[in-house]
Amino acid sequence: MINQLSWKVGGQQGEGIDSAGETLATVLNRQGYFLFGYRHFSSRIKGGHSNTKIRISTEPTSSISDDLDILVAFDQETIDLNSYELIDGGVILADAKFNPTVPEGIKAHLIAVPFTKIAEEVGMAQMKNMVAVGASVALLGISVESFREVLTDRFAKKGQQVIDKNMDAITRGIEYVKNEATNLSIKDFSLAPSDGKKRLYMIGNDAIAFGAVAGGARLMAAYPITPSSEIMEYLIRRLPEFGGTVVQTEDEIAAITMAIGANYGGVRALTASAGPGLSLMTEAIGLAGMTETPVVIIDTQRGGPSTGLPTKQEQSDILAMLYSTHGEIPKIVIAPSSVEECFYDTIEAFNLAEEYQCPVIIVTDLALSLGKQTVEPLDYSKIEIRRGKLVTDEEELPELENSELFPRYGFSEDGVSRRVLPGKKHGLHHVTGVEHNESGRPFEGAVNRKKMMDKRLSKLTNLSFPNPIHADTRHEDADILIVGINSTYGTIQEAMGRLEADGLKVNHAHIRQLMPFPTEQLKEQMEKAKKVIVVENNATGQLTSLIKMNVGMAEKLVHVGKYDGNPFLPMEIYKECKELLVHGNV
Amino acid sequence: MATFKEFRNKVKPNWCPGCGDFTVLASMQRAFANLGKEPEEVAIVSGIGCSGRIAGYVNSYGFHGVHGRSLPIAQGLKLANRDLTVVASGGDGDGFAIGMGHTVHAIRRNVDITYIVMDNQIYGLTKGQTSPRSEMGFKTKSTPNGSIEAAISPMEMALTVGAGFVAQTVSSDLKGMTAVIEAGIKHKGFSLINVYSPCVTYNKINTYDWFKQNLTSLDDIEGYDPSNRGKAMQTLMEHNGLVTGIIYQNSERPSYEELIKGYKEEALVKQDLNLTEDQFDRLISEFA
Repeated sequence: MINQLSWKVGGQQGEGIDSAGETLATVLNRQGYFLFGYRHFSSRIKGGHSNTKIRISTEPTSSISDDLDILVAFDQETIDLNSYELIDGGVILADAKFNPTVPEGIKAHLIAVPFTKIAEEVGMAQMKNMVAVGASVALLGISVESFREVLTDRFAKKGQQVIDKNMDAITRGIEYVKNEATNLSIKDFSLAPSDGKKRLYMIGNDAIAFGAVAGGARLMAAYPITPSSEIMEYLIRRLPEFGGTVVQTEDEIAAITMAIGANYGGVRALTASAGPGLSLMTEAIGLAGMTETPVVIIDTQRGGPSTGLPTKQEQSDILAMLYSTHGEIPKIVIAPSSVEECFYDTIEAFNLAEEYQCPVIIVTDLALSLGKQTVEPLDYSKIEIRRGKLVTDEEELPELENSELFPRYGFSEDGVSRRVLPGKKHGLHHVTGVEHNESGRPFEGAVNRKKMMDKRLSKLTNLSFPNPIHADTRHEDADILIVGINSTYGTIQEAMGRLEADGLKVNHAHIRQLMPFPTEQLKEQMEKAKKVIVVENNATGQLTSLIKMNVGMAEKLVHVGKYDGNPFLPMEIYKECKELLVHGNV
Repeated sequence: MATFKEFRNKVKPNWCPGCGDFTVLASMQRAFANLGKEPEEVAIVSGIGCSGRIAGYVNSYGFHGVHGRSLPIAQGLKLANRDLTVVASGGDGDGFAIGMGHTVHAIRRNVDITYIVMDNQIYGLTKGQTSPRSEMGFKTKSTPNGSIEAAISPMEMALTVGAGFVAQTVSSDLKGMTAVIEAGIKHKGFSLINVYSPCVTYNKINTYDWFKQNLTSLDDIEGYDPSNRGKAMQTLMEHNGLVTGIIYQNSERPSYEELIKGYKEEALVKQDLNLTEDQFDRLISEFA
């Protein structure tokens, strides 16, 4: 029995790879195992190599693993591209149909299973993915009956026959491998029992979309783009139940401006996109800043620049999210580091947007947005809706004298003014992206200009966001502090564990609030370390630059970048850190 | 009930004396009053340019946004609060150059707002460059040898993309314009009103006199039927687009709001933001 292993299924896009991974993972998650997944896919509908890698563990896990135990292959390409990850003694379960071979030097067992043939016998060639699931189940030693519930949930609409056939396919896969495996001396991959607790299994985008509903968002305006579209798709399904809707706009400029219009009207509205869309939105983000209109924008980072690597991991929008708008506005940028945080941070983003009356950008990355993972049950009691200085529907405003306007941009101690929504009696005011006076009328006077700029820019002085950095800083005199952002949290933690096992003193700080930058909190942690290694999925060291600019201590900073489209592996971070400590420099 | 004077405010427009936009402002104010609106029930969303300032000259709610984007802002606002009368407005550059994509899609989408384009066939605020509405050969600062691009025909364009309400008026006709704006606001769905609003400073061709000589009122075309799309198109082509009145109206087409699944009569902004625990549990079960 083993406590953790990694399983991967690969083939041509459109062959049911996602569905195979999804089915197996859902069953395991319901049994109480901890899962962490990553999808490798291409920017096309059918064809092109695609795979899903899932780490299965009896303990919480938040990183993909360096190596692989079981590889399920629907074609030779999958074996050729992925078998190097296999441990010695790992297993390849491949469709006998293509006469699979193991590349030279790979010490893995190949079990050729007639996936397609069995599926055809069961009744449908497409069910070869379920035969493959069965083949895997034979190795993992879990019961076939646990699949019935999941398949029933999934295929209930298609009828009992479909459910039975899928069950049959899985059973046949199990039987085949059980018979074959007895003839081979294969390592024991059967999973140790889990704690059996109920948890959730979701991607970051699910959590953001669900968080938006829980956070009171009722309108989304968006243009489809990888890797953000799931947010839109979820809300298209769910918002109508709450009276809301999603508008698929003609472009991202319409998406953000429509969201701004809805927020001006008083409805919590959002848009979501990736780098190319965010580039188009930048002028309007400035409008929201200037008009002090709340709006929540999600940027699911992918490989740039331009169209870049649309389906690959990168963290290269960081500086653009902070600085791309012309002029100077107050803006909040937050970066969740787990699926759970995606949920709670999204709710909080809507609160902050209204409390500070400014745009809030939630930055994720592809691995976080699309990586499916086990999540502890989300807590209803933690949901809170705060609307800041919004004049409520019930409140009656005094009559405006002398046809004056409501001081929508009135100066105040904290820079935040009372916000009144269109439709309100005695609340008339003007809103403009032109510099304006307290009632919103265009006004370019120098004294007013400076006062208004100071008012807007001072709003975030007292911003309080829970845990602007996650600090796992167990040492007062650490050899190194590893700094990361978004999806690398678990990977860094794992690398850290290995470094600690080698006797090194390692601290970890994960940045969750990018703007305003948590300078003091990070500085405190940086002071405790000899070296600061900034791990980020980009080439130019954007987070490193940001730290240098805000905190300083440039001599301590080392940038470790990866920009080949793939997420970091724990081993890579481990090696970089070791290298640094051995040679004193990287 | 508010009078048209209650839709006036104390701000002195920064338009040139004689600018066509003054009539648009006055017509809007009259139309709101005639329809029995109160100032707080109306929101004007405008673009950038001389005409964009109109949102600040009406005593109502007003949002003066960025260049070319009045329509998505206005649609977002209307979807948030369907009780409001939302009027988007801007110039021909705003609607037919930088914002053309939004114009076409707003027409297709058919959210119940009214879009008034103040069409002076030139860029005024930037001091006289060509516009997508400038005729071929039109000389401006940016086209010293005359424009070599064809002018857009907004009314024909609107008909082809499925507009439910298409009208055109001219700034010399306060009464006619007021009636058209009223009809546009009353229309359920998106209404497009193009206004020939002369720029007295930079456009020396398309002047009040020029329009007087060249425009044909649809009232003068015997038996003109604005419900006949084919005839509307034909009439526009025959007159090179130079007609005034309601060119086309389809009262049968449902608005976007009427077609949204689950969209309630009660304005979205008035609805509760909180999820009940039951709703939360139901939503979360999808991820178990």
